[in-house]
Amino acid sequence: MLHVGLQHFLVLGALLFSLGLMTVATRRNAVGVLMGVELILNGANVNFVAFNHYVTGGVGGQVFALFVIVLAAAEAAVGLAIVLAIFQTFRSIDVRLADTMRE
Amino acid sequence: MPRKIVTWVVLAALVVTFVGILGASVADGALLPVNLTVGPITLQDVLFYAFAGLTVAGAGAVAFSRNILYSAIGLLFALMGAGSLYVLLSADFLAVTQLLVYIGGVLVLILFAVMLTNRITEVNISNASLGVAGAVALLVATVPVLVFIAVATPWAAHAAPALAPTTRDIGNGFLTRWLLPFELASLVLLATLIGAVVIARKELKQDEPDPSLG
Repeated sequence: MLHVGLQHFLVLGALLFSLGLMTVATRRNAVGVLMGVELILNGANVNFVAFNHYVTGGVGGQVFALFVIVLAAAEAAVGLAIVLAIFQTFRSIDVRLADTMRE
Repeated sequence: MPRKIVTWVVLAALVVTFVGILGASVADGALLPVNLTVGPITLQDVLFYAFAGLTVAGAGAVAFSRNILYSAIGLLFALMGAGSLYVLLSADFLAVTQLLVYIGGVLVLILFAVMLTNRITEVNISNASLGVAGAVALLVATVPVLVFIAVATPWAAHAAPALAPTTRDIGNGFLTRWLLPFELASLVLLATLIGAVVIARKELKQDEPDPSLG
């Protein structure tokens, strides 16, 4: 089991996903929550590329991972813009404060 | 507090060294006479364990650091380690994209958001809301299940093919088979660009003079 194979990458992806999930669940800071989402998406990407390399071949998994990266970048941009808007409204980025529909 | 990050990195390096030495001795049959390996560890194995240690250490810093700035630096290490692992999976273009988009773009955005929204003097703005018990329970619930599935499932994996550049195939795929999602992605990016600007700008009230006009 010491030689690197598919399982090693899957375990790494699982660890990334779990740590990201924990970050999303435990943070009160909205920027921290976004960081956790990035970790989760990276764990998924590691799985995509590992399965592509070891099981299917071709470039399908890599293309999917590229689309995931594109959407992650878009999500980060919009999410951080929302965080800035929340900060301007509430003077804080504690996600528990942002539960009102209007000022 | 910066020592904490250094400690993480040193810890990861120690773990990697330990695993490497252990692997080498196991491969020699000195430590365990069991037929555990099929040969001496290769450079690829060492690189995998090094980068995987870096990635997990960075992700751990993101998850457990109390200071959001050190979480961002941990995210840098996690993204860098994952990007390096893509090279071992013969995804060279993806590795460079990870470096450009994630570390050059997303991480800088996150750092900007941290600087703009935190009062830097307030270090402890990012307390856990679920508490240590909840976090540990979540980890205990997810990690063993996912690791067990990853290890125990008989995947239809074949021996790893030789590393080969894939940029040409990806480029061809984007303009033939995946043309529609490719164009849709550019549309999404345009919408994101406009949407982020609209959301993040300061609204001017009618009765307030424009501060930029003095």
